[in-house]
Amino acid sequence: MDMKVPFERVVAEHSATVLRVCRAVVGRHDADDAWSETFLAAMRTYPELPSSANVEAWLVTIAHRKAIDMIRKQRRIVSSMAIDTSSTVASPSSKNHELWNALQSLPDKQRHAVAYHYLGGLPYLEVAKILGGTPEASRRAAADGIRNLRKTYHDMEIQETSR
Amino acid sequence: MKTKTNVQQDISNLLAFTAAPPGAVDRLHRRLEEAAAGAGILDVAYTTIDTPIGTLLLAATERGLLRVAFETEGLDLVLDGLGRKFSPRILRSPKRLDPVAFEIDEYFARRRTAFDLALDFSLSSGFRLAVQKYLPRIAYGTTDSYKHVAALVGNPKAIRAVGTACATNPLPLVVPCHRVLRTNGELGGYLGGLAVKSALLKLEGAS
Repeated sequence: MDMKVPFERVVAEHSATVLRVCRAVVGRHDADDAWSETFLAAMRTYPELPSSANVEAWLVTIAHRKAIDMIRKQRRIVSSMAIDTSSTVASPSSKNHELWNALQSLPDKQRHAVAYHYLGGLPYLEVAKILGGTPEASRRAAADGIRNLRKTYHDMEIQETSR
Repeated sequence: MKTKTNVQQDISNLLAFTAAPPGAVDRLHRRLEEAAAGAGILDVAYTTIDTPIGTLLLAATERGLLRVAFETEGLDLVLDGLGRKFSPRILRSPKRLDPVAFEIDEYFARRRTAFDLALDFSLSSGFRLAVQKYLPRIAYGTTDSYKHVAALVGNPKAIRAVGTACATNPLPLVVPCHRVLRTNGELGGYLGGLAVKSALLKLEGAS
Protein backbone atom coordinates (compact mmCIF):
# COMPACT_ATOMS: atom_id res chain seq x y z
CA MET A 1 0.00 0.00 0.00
CA ASP A 2 1.38 3.38 -0.99
CA MET A 3 1.17 5.55 2.10
CA LYS A 4 2.28 8.80 0.50
CA VAL A 5 1.18 11.45 2.96
CA PRO A 6 -0.39 14.72 1.80
CA PHE A 7 2.35 17.21 0.88
CA GLU A 8 1.02 19.58 3.53
CA ARG A 9 2.33 17.19 6.16
CA VAL A 10 5.76 17.10 4.48
CA VAL A 11 5.87 20.90 4.64
CA ALA A 12 4.69 20.97 8.26
CA GLU A 13 7.26 18.42 9.32
CA HIS A 14 10.33 19.62 7.41
CA SER A 15 9.76 23.32 6.79
CA ALA A 16 11.77 24.66 9.73
CA THR A 17 14.70 22.26 9.26
CA VAL A 18 15.01 22.97 5.55
CA LEU A 19 14.89 26.70 6.25
CA ARG A 20 17.67 26.28 8.80
CA VAL A 21 19.77 24.41 6.26
CA CYS A 22 19.09 27.07 3.61
CA ARG A 23 20.04 29.84 6.04
CA ALA A 24 23.31 28.09 6.84
CA VAL A 25 24.18 27.36 3.23
CA VAL A 26 23.11 30.45 1.27
CA GLY A 27 22.86 32.97 4.10
CA ARG A 28 19.90 34.78 5.58
CA HIS A 29 19.14 37.03 2.63
CA ASP A 30 18.61 34.30 0.09
CA ALA A 31 17.35 31.57 2.42
CA ASP A 32 13.68 32.35 1.74
CA ASP A 33 14.20 32.09 -2.01
CA ALA A 34 16.14 28.84 -1.63
CA TRP A 35 13.41 27.41 0.62
CA SER A 36 10.66 28.42 -1.80
CA GLU A 37 12.41 26.98 -4.83
CA THR A 38 13.15 23.79 -2.92
CA PHE A 39 9.59 23.13 -1.82
CA LEU A 40 8.10 24.10 -5.17
CA ALA A 41 10.45 21.70 -6.98
CA ALA A 42 9.76 19.02 -4.36
CA MET A 43 6.00 19.39 -4.71
CA ARG A 44 6.30 19.07 -8.47
CA THR A 45 7.94 15.65 -8.31
CA TYR A 46 6.41 14.45 -5.03
CA PRO A 47 3.95 12.00 -6.66
CA GLU A 48 6.90 10.10 -8.20
CA LEU A 49 8.91 9.89 -4.97
CA PRO A 50 9.13 6.24 -3.82
CA SER A 51 7.19 5.93 -0.58
CA SER A 52 10.23 4.27 1.03
CA ALA A 53 12.39 7.37 0.40
CA ASN A 54 14.02 9.37 3.21
CA VAL A 55 11.99 12.57 2.77
CA GLU A 56 14.37 14.78 4.73
CA ALA A 57 17.36 13.61 2.64
CA TRP A 58 15.36 14.11 -0.55
CA LEU A 59 14.46 17.68 0.45
CA VAL A 60 18.01 18.54 1.51
CA THR A 61 19.31 17.15 -1.79
CA ILE A 62 16.98 19.47 -3.70
CA ALA A 63 17.92 22.36 -1.41
CA HIS A 64 21.60 21.62 -2.08
CA ARG A 65 21.11 21.88 -5.85
CA LYS A 66 19.13 25.12 -5.49
CA ALA A 67 21.78 26.49 -3.13
CA ILE A 68 24.60 25.71 -5.56
CA ASP A 69 22.76 27.60 -8.29
CA MET A 70 22.15 30.55 -6.00
CA ILE A 71 25.70 30.68 -4.69
CA ARG A 72 26.97 30.70 -8.26
CA LYS A 73 24.68 33.61 -9.01
CA GLN A 74 25.68 35.42 -5.78
CA ARG A 75 29.36 35.08 -6.61
CA ARG A 76 28.78 36.48 -10.07
CA ILE A 77 27.05 39.49 -8.50
CA VAL A 78 29.56 39.82 -5.68
CA SER A 79 32.50 39.78 -8.07
CA SER A 80 30.96 42.72 -9.92
CA MET A 81 30.18 44.69 -6.75
CA ALA A 82 31.74 45.51 -3.43
CA ILE A 83 30.95 42.85 -0.84
CA ASP A 84 28.04 44.00 1.21
CA THR A 85 28.33 42.82 4.78
CA SER A 86 26.88 45.92 6.39
CA SER A 87 23.30 45.29 5.35
CA THR A 88 22.85 42.04 7.26
CA VAL A 89 19.55 42.64 8.97
CA ALA A 90 19.10 42.83 12.73
CA SER A 91 21.56 40.28 13.99
CA PRO A 92 20.93 39.48 17.64
CA SER A 93 24.45 40.34 18.70
CA SER A 94 27.73 41.18 17.08
CA LYS A 95 29.15 37.88 18.26
CA ASN A 96 26.42 35.96 16.48
CA HIS A 97 27.02 38.16 13.50
CA GLU A 98 30.68 37.15 13.51
CA LEU A 99 29.80 33.50 13.94
CA TRP A 100 27.44 33.88 11.02
CA ASN A 101 30.19 35.30 8.87
CA ALA A 102 32.51 32.54 10.00
CA LEU A 103 29.99 29.97 8.79
CA GLN A 104 29.64 31.76 5.48
CA SER A 105 33.40 31.87 4.97
CA LEU A 106 33.93 28.14 5.51
CA PRO A 107 35.00 26.19 2.42
CA ASP A 108 31.81 25.03 0.62
CA LYS A 109 32.27 21.37 1.38
CA GLN A 110 32.74 21.97 5.10
CA ARG A 111 29.77 24.34 5.29
CA HIS A 112 27.57 21.88 3.42
CA ALA A 113 28.68 18.94 5.56
CA VAL A 114 28.05 20.90 8.78
CA ALA A 115 24.64 22.10 7.53
CA TYR A 116 23.38 18.75 6.27
CA HIS A 117 24.63 16.63 9.15
CA TYR A 118 24.32 18.87 12.18
CA LEU A 119 21.45 21.13 11.11
CA GLY A 120 19.61 18.88 8.66
CA GLY A 121 20.11 15.81 10.83
CA LEU A 122 21.20 13.56 7.96
CA PRO A 123 23.51 10.62 8.61
CA TYR A 124 26.90 10.85 6.86
CA LEU A 125 25.79 8.15 4.43
CA GLU A 126 23.12 10.54 3.11
CA VAL A 127 25.45 13.56 3.29
CA ALA A 128 27.96 11.66 1.14
CA LYS A 129 25.29 10.92 -1.45
CA ILE A 130 24.71 14.66 -1.77
CA LEU A 131 28.33 15.84 -1.66
CA GLY A 132 29.97 12.89 -3.39
CA GLY A 133 32.87 10.93 -1.92
CA THR A 134 32.70 8.57 1.02
CA PRO A 135 30.70 8.95 4.24
CA GLU A 136 34.07 9.10 6.01
CA ALA A 137 35.10 12.09 3.88
CA SER A 138 31.81 13.83 4.74
CA ARG A 139 32.39 13.11 8.42
CA ARG A 140 35.85 14.66 8.16
CA ALA A 141 34.53 17.71 6.31
CA ALA A 142 31.91 18.29 9.03
CA ALA A 143 34.48 17.86 11.79
CA ASP A 144 36.89 20.23 10.04
CA GLY A 145 34.05 22.70 9.60
CA ILE A 146 33.22 22.66 13.29
CA ARG A 147 36.91 23.00 14.20
CA ASN A 148 37.34 25.98 11.87
CA LEU A 149 34.20 27.62 13.21
CA ARG A 150 35.44 27.17 16.75
CA LYS A 151 38.81 28.66 15.82
CA THR A 152 37.13 31.74 14.36
CA TYR A 153 34.82 31.98 17.31
CA HIS A 154 37.69 31.64 19.77
CA ASP A 155 39.83 34.19 17.90
CA MET A 156 36.93 36.61 18.11
CA GLU A 157 36.67 36.13 21.84
CA ILE A 158 40.37 36.82 22.21
CA GLN A 159 40.07 39.93 20.06
CA GLU A 160 37.15 41.11 22.13
CA THR A 161 38.81 40.54 25.47
CA SER A 162 42.09 42.14 24.32
CA ARG A 163 40.27 45.23 23.09
CA MET B 1 42.95 29.41 31.56
CA LYS B 2 41.96 28.18 28.11
CA THR B 3 38.52 26.67 28.52
CA LYS B 4 37.68 23.83 26.21
CA THR B 5 34.54 24.43 24.17
CA ASN B 6 32.83 21.18 23.40
CA VAL B 7 31.34 20.28 20.06
CA GLN B 8 27.88 20.04 21.57
CA GLN B 9 28.07 23.70 22.56
CA ASP B 10 29.16 24.67 19.05
CA ILE B 11 26.25 22.76 17.56
CA SER B 12 23.71 24.38 19.86
CA ASN B 13 25.15 27.81 18.97
CA LEU B 14 24.75 26.93 15.31
CA LEU B 15 21.21 25.70 15.86
CA ALA B 16 20.33 28.87 17.73
CA PHE B 17 21.49 31.27 15.10
CA THR B 18 20.24 29.39 12.06
CA ALA B 19 16.75 29.00 13.59
CA ALA B 20 13.87 30.36 11.55
CA PRO B 21 12.85 33.87 12.63
CA PRO B 22 9.32 34.20 14.06
CA GLY B 23 6.65 34.11 11.38
CA ALA B 24 9.02 32.91 8.67
CA VAL B 25 7.51 29.46 8.33
CA ASP B 26 3.96 30.81 7.92
CA ARG B 27 5.07 33.44 5.45
CA LEU B 28 6.95 30.86 3.38
CA HIS B 29 3.92 28.57 3.47
CA ARG B 30 1.75 31.28 1.95
CA ARG B 31 4.40 31.94 -0.67
CA LEU B 32 4.44 28.22 -1.54
CA GLU B 33 0.64 28.17 -1.85
CA GLU B 34 0.77 31.04 -4.35
CA ALA B 35 3.67 29.59 -6.32
CA ALA B 36 2.18 26.09 -6.47
CA ALA B 37 -1.21 27.42 -7.60
CA GLY B 38 0.52 29.60 -10.18
CA ALA B 39 2.52 26.65 -11.48
CA GLY B 40 -0.63 24.53 -11.74
CA ILE B 41 0.65 21.89 -9.29
CA LEU B 42 -1.66 22.63 -6.35
CA ASP B 43 -3.82 19.59 -7.12
CA VAL B 44 -5.86 19.91 -3.92
CA ALA B 45 -6.24 23.04 -1.76
CA TYR B 46 -8.03 22.69 1.54
CA THR B 47 -9.13 24.60 4.57
CA THR B 48 -11.33 24.10 7.61
CA ILE B 49 -14.26 26.28 8.64
CA ASP B 50 -16.36 26.49 11.76
CA THR B 51 -20.12 26.09 11.32
CA PRO B 52 -23.12 25.54 13.60
CA ILE B 53 -22.79 21.79 12.90
CA GLY B 54 -19.08 21.69 13.75
CA THR B 55 -15.82 22.04 11.87
CA LEU B 56 -15.97 21.21 8.17
CA LEU B 57 -13.06 20.42 5.90
CA LEU B 58 -13.35 21.84 2.40
CA ALA B 59 -11.06 20.65 -0.40
CA ALA B 60 -11.00 21.82 -4.00
CA THR B 61 -9.16 21.11 -7.23
CA GLU B 62 -8.68 23.68 -9.98
CA ARG B 63 -11.96 22.41 -11.43
CA GLY B 64 -14.10 22.77 -8.37
CA LEU B 65 -15.09 21.57 -4.93
CA LEU B 66 -13.83 18.00 -4.45
CA ARG B 67 -14.70 17.13 -0.87
CA VAL B 68 -16.66 18.37 2.11
CA ALA B 69 -15.92 16.40 5.26
CA PHE B 70 -17.25 16.34 8.80
CA GLU B 71 -14.92 16.49 11.76
CA THR B 72 -16.26 13.11 12.88
CA GLU B 73 -14.71 11.51 9.79
CA GLY B 74 -11.24 12.42 11.11
CA LEU B 75 -9.78 15.26 9.06
CA ASP B 76 -6.33 13.68 8.78
CA LEU B 77 -7.89 10.45 7.55
CA VAL B 78 -9.87 12.38 4.95
CA LEU B 79 -6.71 14.11 3.69
CA ASP B 80 -4.86 10.77 3.60
CA GLY B 81 -7.71 9.39 1.52
CA LEU B 82 -7.55 12.30 -0.92
CA GLY B 83 -3.80 11.76 -1.19
CA ARG B 84 -4.32 8.12 -2.14
CA LYS B 85 -7.39 8.44 -4.32
CA PHE B 86 -6.67 11.73 -6.03
CA SER B 87 -3.23 13.29 -5.57
CA PRO B 88 -0.79 13.80 -2.68
CA ARG B 89 -0.05 17.34 -3.92
CA ILE B 90 -2.24 18.80 -1.20
CA LEU B 91 -1.72 22.06 0.68
CA ARG B 92 -3.70 23.95 3.25
CA SER B 93 -4.58 26.95 1.13
CA PRO B 94 -7.76 28.74 2.18
CA LYS B 95 -7.86 31.15 -0.75
CA ARG B 96 -9.25 28.67 -3.29
CA LEU B 97 -12.03 27.82 -0.84
CA ASP B 98 -13.09 31.42 -0.14
CA PRO B 99 -16.20 31.32 -2.37
CA VAL B 100 -17.23 27.96 -0.88
CA ALA B 101 -16.79 29.16 2.69
CA PHE B 102 -18.76 32.29 1.83
CA GLU B 103 -21.74 30.36 0.42
CA ILE B 104 -21.77 27.91 3.31
CA ASP B 105 -21.85 30.84 5.74
CA GLU B 106 -24.81 32.25 3.85
CA TYR B 107 -26.53 28.86 3.93
CA PHE B 108 -26.26 28.61 7.70
CA ALA B 109 -27.44 32.21 8.03
CA ARG B 110 -30.53 31.21 5.99
CA ARG B 111 -29.59 33.65 3.28
CA ARG B 112 -28.90 30.97 0.68
CA THR B 113 -31.12 28.10 -0.50
CA ALA B 114 -28.99 26.77 -3.37
CA PHE B 115 -25.26 26.55 -3.95
CA ASP B 116 -23.75 28.12 -6.99
CA LEU B 117 -20.31 26.46 -7.02
CA ALA B 118 -18.19 24.52 -9.48
CA LEU B 119 -18.12 20.89 -8.33
CA ASP B 120 -15.48 18.28 -9.09
CA PHE B 121 -17.04 14.82 -8.96
CA SER B 122 -13.72 13.02 -9.55
CA LEU B 123 -14.20 10.89 -6.43
CA SER B 124 -17.44 9.35 -7.71
CA SER B 125 -18.35 7.20 -10.67
CA GLY B 126 -21.12 5.08 -12.15
CA PHE B 127 -24.48 4.84 -10.46
CA ARG B 128 -23.32 6.76 -7.38
CA LEU B 129 -22.25 9.64 -9.56
CA ALA B 130 -25.63 9.63 -11.31
CA VAL B 131 -27.43 9.78 -7.96
CA GLN B 132 -25.16 12.49 -6.55
CA LYS B 133 -25.59 14.63 -9.65
CA TYR B 134 -29.34 14.28 -9.31
CA LEU B 135 -29.54 15.28 -5.63
CA PRO B 136 -29.19 19.08 -6.06
CA ARG B 137 -32.55 18.97 -7.84
CA ILE B 138 -34.25 18.16 -4.55
CA ALA B 139 -35.18 21.69 -3.53
CA TYR B 140 -34.27 23.41 -0.28
CA GLY B 141 -36.87 22.78 2.39
CA THR B 142 -38.19 19.61 0.73
CA THR B 143 -37.26 15.94 1.05
CA ASP B 144 -37.47 12.89 -1.14
CA SER B 145 -37.25 9.15 -0.53
CA TYR B 146 -34.46 6.72 -1.42
CA LYS B 147 -37.07 4.77 -3.36
CA HIS B 148 -38.28 7.74 -5.38
CA VAL B 149 -34.72 8.88 -6.17
CA ALA B 150 -33.96 5.34 -7.40
CA ALA B 151 -36.89 5.59 -9.79
CA LEU B 152 -35.93 9.10 -10.91
CA VAL B 153 -32.38 8.08 -11.86
CA GLY B 154 -33.82 5.22 -13.88
CA ASN B 155 -33.27 2.20 -11.66
CA PRO B 156 -36.33 1.72 -9.38
CA LYS B 157 -34.94 -1.41 -7.78
CA ALA B 158 -31.66 0.20 -6.72
CA ILE B 159 -32.98 1.60 -3.45
CA ARG B 160 -30.06 0.31 -1.38
CA ALA B 161 -27.62 1.58 -4.00
CA VAL B 162 -29.16 5.04 -3.65
CA GLY B 163 -28.53 4.72 0.08
CA THR B 164 -24.89 3.86 -0.63
CA ALA B 165 -24.60 6.76 -3.06
CA CYS B 166 -25.83 9.10 -0.33
CA ALA B 167 -23.56 7.53 2.30
CA THR B 168 -20.51 7.96 0.03
CA ASN B 169 -21.42 11.46 -1.15
CA PRO B 170 -18.06 13.31 -1.18
CA LEU B 171 -19.84 16.68 -1.09
CA PRO B 172 -22.38 16.56 1.74
CA LEU B 173 -24.30 19.76 2.45
CA VAL B 174 -23.57 21.16 -1.03
CA VAL B 175 -24.93 18.02 -2.68
CA PRO B 176 -27.94 17.67 -0.37
CA CYS B 177 -28.04 13.99 0.49
CA HIS B 178 -29.52 15.05 3.81
CA ARG B 179 -32.81 15.65 1.93
CA VAL B 180 -33.22 11.96 1.16
CA LEU B 181 -35.24 9.97 3.72
CA ARG B 182 -36.87 6.59 4.02
CA THR B 183 -40.30 6.17 2.44
CA ASN B 184 -41.86 6.05 5.92
CA GLY B 185 -40.25 9.38 6.78
CA GLU B 186 -37.49 7.97 8.99
CA LEU B 187 -34.15 9.70 8.64
CA GLY B 188 -32.19 6.75 7.25
CA GLY B 189 -28.46 7.33 7.56
CA TYR B 190 -25.99 10.21 7.39
CA LEU B 191 -22.21 10.37 7.27
CA GLY B 192 -22.17 13.35 9.61
CA GLY B 193 -24.52 11.62 12.08
CA LEU B 194 -28.30 11.70 12.32
CA ALA B 195 -28.24 14.73 14.64
CA VAL B 196 -26.58 16.75 11.89
CA LYS B 197 -29.04 15.47 9.30
CA SER B 198 -32.05 16.54 11.36
CA ALA B 199 -30.38 19.87 12.22
CA LEU B 200 -29.95 20.64 8.52
CA LEU B 201 -33.56 19.69 7.74
CA LYS B 202 -34.73 21.86 10.61
CA LEU B 203 -32.61 24.78 9.40
CA GLU B 204 -34.20 24.44 5.98
CA GLY B 205 -37.66 24.24 7.51
CA ALA B 206 -38.41 20.84 6.04
CA SER B 207 -41.07 18.93 7.92
